[in-house]
Amino acid sequence: MTELKLPSIDYAAISPILIMLGTALLGVLVEALVPRRWRHVVQLTLALLAVLAALTMVVLSADERIITAGQALAIDGPTLFLQGAILVLAAMALLLIGDRSVERGGAFVAQAAVTAESADDRRQAEGRNGLTEVYPLTTFAIGGMLIFVAANDLLTMFIALEVFSLPLYLLCALARRRRLLSQEAAMKYFLLGAYASAFFLFGVALIYGFTAGIPGRSAGVDFATIHAAVGESPASPVLLFAGMALLAIGLLFKAAAAPFHVWTPDVYQGAPTPVTGFMAACTKVAAFGALLRVFQVAFADANWDFTPVLGAVAVLTMLVGAVLAVTQTDIKRLLAYSSIANAGYLLVGVLAPSRDGLAGTMFYLVAYGFSVLAAFAVVTLVRDDDGEATHLSRWAGLGRRSPFFAALFTFILLAFAGIPLTSGFTSKFAIFGPALEGGQAWLVIAGVLTSMILAFPYLRVVVMMWLSEPGESTPTVMVPGGLTSAALMIGVLATLVLGVAPAPLLDLAAGAAEFVR
Amino acid sequence: MEETVEYAQATGLLGGVWLLVAIPLVSAAILLLLGRRADRWGHWLGVAAIGAAFVLGLSFFFQLRGLENKSVELSLWDFIAVGDLRVDFGLLFDPLAAVFVLLITGVGFLIHLYAVEYMSHDAGRRRFFAYFNLFVAAMLLLVLGNNYVMLYFGWEGVGLASYLLISFWTERPSAATAGKKAFLMNRVGDAGLAIGIFIMFATLGTTQYDEVFNGVGALTGTTVLVLGLLLLLGAAGKSGQFPLQAWLPDAMEGPTPVSALIHAATMVTAGVYLIARSNPIFSANSTLQLVVVSVGALTLLIGCIIGAAKDDIKRVLAWSTVSQIGYMFLGVGLGGAAYALAIVHLLAHGFFKANMFLGAGSVMHGMKDQVDIRRFGGLSKYMKITWLTFMMGWLAIIGMFPFSGFFSKEPIIVAAFEREDWTAWLFGGAALLGAGLTAFYMTRLFVLTFHGPQRWTEDIEHPHESPKLMTIPLILLAVGSVGAGFLLATSVPDWLTETAGLGGEHAEHAAVLSHTVITILSLLVTVLGAGLAWFLFRAGTATAPQPAGVLVTAARRNLYTDTVNEAVFEKPGIFLTRALVYLDNRGIDGLVNGLAAAVGGGSGRLRRMQTGFVRSYATSILAGALLVMAAFLAVQAGWLA
Repeated sequence: MTELKLPSIDYAAISPILIMLGTALLGVLVEALVPRRWRHVVQLTLALLAVLAALTMVVLSADERIITAGQALAIDGPTLFLQGAILVLAAMALLLIGDRSVERGGAFVAQAAVTAESADDRRQAEGRNGLTEVYPLTTFAIGGMLIFVAANDLLTMFIALEVFSLPLYLLCALARRRRLLSQEAAMKYFLLGAYASAFFLFGVALIYGFTAGIPGRSAGVDFATIHAAVGESPASPVLLFAGMALLAIGLLFKAAAAPFHVWTPDVYQGAPTPVTGFMAACTKVAAFGALLRVFQVAFADANWDFTPVLGAVAVLTMLVGAVLAVTQTDIKRLLAYSSIANAGYLLVGVLAPSRDGLAGTMFYLVAYGFSVLAAFAVVTLVRDDDGEATHLSRWAGLGRRSPFFAALFTFILLAFAGIPLTSGFTSKFAIFGPALEGGQAWLVIAGVLTSMILAFPYLRVVVMMWLSEPGESTPTVMVPGGLTSAALMIGVLATLVLGVAPAPLLDLAAGAAEFVR
Repeated sequence: MEETVEYAQATGLLGGVWLLVAIPLVSAAILLLLGRRADRWGHWLGVAAIGAAFVLGLSFFFQLRGLENKSVELSLWDFIAVGDLRVDFGLLFDPLAAVFVLLITGVGFLIHLYAVEYMSHDAGRRRFFAYFNLFVAAMLLLVLGNNYVMLYFGWEGVGLASYLLISFWTERPSAATAGKKAFLMNRVGDAGLAIGIFIMFATLGTTQYDEVFNGVGALTGTTVLVLGLLLLLGAAGKSGQFPLQAWLPDAMEGPTPVSALIHAATMVTAGVYLIARSNPIFSANSTLQLVVVSVGALTLLIGCIIGAAKDDIKRVLAWSTVSQIGYMFLGVGLGGAAYALAIVHLLAHGFFKANMFLGAGSVMHGMKDQVDIRRFGGLSKYMKITWLTFMMGWLAIIGMFPFSGFFSKEPIIVAAFEREDWTAWLFGGAALLGAGLTAFYMTRLFVLTFHGPQRWTEDIEHPHESPKLMTIPLILLAVGSVGAGFLLATSVPDWLTETAGLGGEHAEHAAVLSHTVITILSLLVTVLGAGLAWFLFRAGTATAPQPAGVLVTAARRNLYTDTVNEAVFEKPGIFLTRALVYLDNRGIDGLVNGLAAAVGGGSGRLRRMQTGFVRSYATSILAGALLVMAAFLAVQAGWLA
């Protein structure tokens, strides 16, 4: 009869996770107990305060380097850096989600159960206040992401994946306008997400089998065991490689890498724009956080074996994203393909197995998150009577109508195109430099070539905005309220500051760039 | 190049060198942000900012003179620091930078003053001064940076300001086209510069001037050659040198003060600055120097020949700029002490060319924006100050004793004759021929504009002299055209040799002709050229184009360089663009031609795979999964073996 031992848990180190999940539960109670009029304010304040508190805890435990809760969670430099990044970007996304000045009642549907396109639906679109359940859902998702980047075994990672994915599926379905598109997007995301999760889970099983039979160690899926097994396991390496491939597929799906990217354009287009921004910034951080940990901690010694395959995936991803972006006619789909191409660049960083590579990838995630949130913030502003005007032809001549916002958007697009003095330049530099040093010149060449292709669609939008005459169908740009303005200005300023003086954040990333095993 | 290059840290007053860039930049930002609220006083803010920068520059200059090693470095912050790569956001103030700062702010201040009046009837005057200050800030950053990345930022900044100003009058299609042309041709050069900087990163791991110059000795000859050629390509693009010269004359579509400051006195000399600054690289490879000299000699002749056939006053001056910068390239290419001579010519040229451009602006101001010199004539009676000041500029550019061009150009001709082998005759001869041609076409311009019978269009009755605010800068610049040459030629070379590696070991070869003979010869060709032009054009000229021989027709058509550009770059480019747009609009991929079109076509095809059906997405994910699995297992097969 073996005695059951409770694992020791360092509650201070995991407090950001506890705060977010606790707040999410509290948010559910708020839905039940607080009068409808107050819910929006209470929920938004609660969510923002929680993010702030969690961020404070992350900052306070900046020097923590431990593995806690048995082998389940690793609180180390990369975890803390990425948790901080997720929380900052999530705060910006919450500002966008909470805005009710751009669209009366907010970007979310007032009653999700009403049949789309019915008379009731049209009435609710006219400005009844949106659902406030989005806040607990968002906080749950943030909490899941915080676990995801800290997970130190594959099962915890899987559970975290589901914890942050399920709320996202729901959030995608809650757009106030074009509800059929939104529901379709959510359905697709859910089905394909479940499909990808199955791959991941199958991979976990195979890896578990692979770790069995090492003398002096019991089988397990924590990263230390896997790391040891890569060198010593008597089991067939087929198990290892098949398992590694399946795990990679599950994670690459979330990261939107080709050929597992197919859901991205449809979901980005259909989801409410603030949620799209949240996914583009925070999900990306979480997915790459997990990829980095799995491949640089658990499988570090199989480096030579996975690099060619993941490298090919990276090149394919860059190509697909860049080439398909060229013919897009919808700004949200364009940004989706740009996000796919960026996933390719980030994979290059994952494959640069040095401290600089890790730091560069983390820097890239933060810089890209700020820019992409600012881009989607602008998308929410360009609207006509039917909501957002996302078709590119409608953006022609926007520079004449609203030079200020067109200039901000131009700046963000230039950042995406990697023009110097924007974060887009410094972050590409931070990834390609270490990759080159790590002997991955082919990936860097592919990266530079595809970013040249990718500059074309960006510049096409710029040219359309500034050099076309505004037509009758050119929509106006709403003057945003405080929340969206704040998010937009934070994003633009961060893009500028990280382009001009990136050294402090790079130093921070470099200081944090070491995993504990 | 055995001695190592080292810069001291800036202290005391010189710690404020960054203000030189910051002041114009802040004033540009204020003018752009305040918008119409600043319309009433904005132009004076612009002028004051440049004036302040000039005063500061002057005081820094005197500070620098008092220092022992004549150069200070100011590190502001780490711009990029990833691993071994370190790029400083830092400034370097040394004799070379100092003379450029004084030229940019000094001449810039006078031209700003002139522009207050010149642009007074233009609704966009505030916007104009905002761009103008932006330009000055970028140009100062270009010459003050302490590494190639800083230089590149300034380089792109002046480029941006230049396009904005060329196409300032956006309502004119020709101005917009000229802006585009300048943009495209500069891109070619900029790409060269950028790749050059990448090569520095790759081979030396740094872009700091001192570290690059100290490391050049360790590089192979081929690397230095490639690096130098790329830098030269950048320099040729910015400075309108062969084969990238065609954009500069078209850039005259911008307002005249822009032509004077950007496209004559300062920005277009950035290429000369780049080569002079990088002289340890260029001195390290004699093939490289030969290429630079050849580009300079060829361009100076092209500029002269085309300049002699043009009738637009600003375009003649533009081609003369191309030609004079050719002299400067010749100088920097010769290396050794000739580096300093080229910089002296650059400074002198800054004065007399700005003087003549502003004079041309003054003429246009009085003649209802007429630019055709066949439609001028006899203006000396009506515009006394413009006439006299222009005359000073004219005498200076043709190199007449004792005007500044004589002291700055003639030493370059002498230096060209000092080469070791038969190339002395080639390059010396070209420089001498250029001097004669310059005298010819500049005299033609001067005589047709100010002398001879009046050939005005009917609507002009009584041309008027320009107001004081325009003539005072003219007078000051004319004084510079007269006197600066002597002062510059006697003091600046010594001062400049204090710049790291500049000048120094001057391989003294006996010239193939004695110094006196060359001086006499160059004065002789000048007098001949000028005399011939005076004789031919003293009685005016026909007001319509005349049938002409092969050479003149070729020169009128820019020696067919535009035609070549059109055939080699423009036609295929237009074709590609059209094909892409066609694909883009119709989604038809029948016309897959060229790389860009292939991308568009591929994009269109791939797009069809995005059907919107979950079942096909799931299938593609499954297919991808199988591929990834197969790839991993293939790798594993290799692992077992």
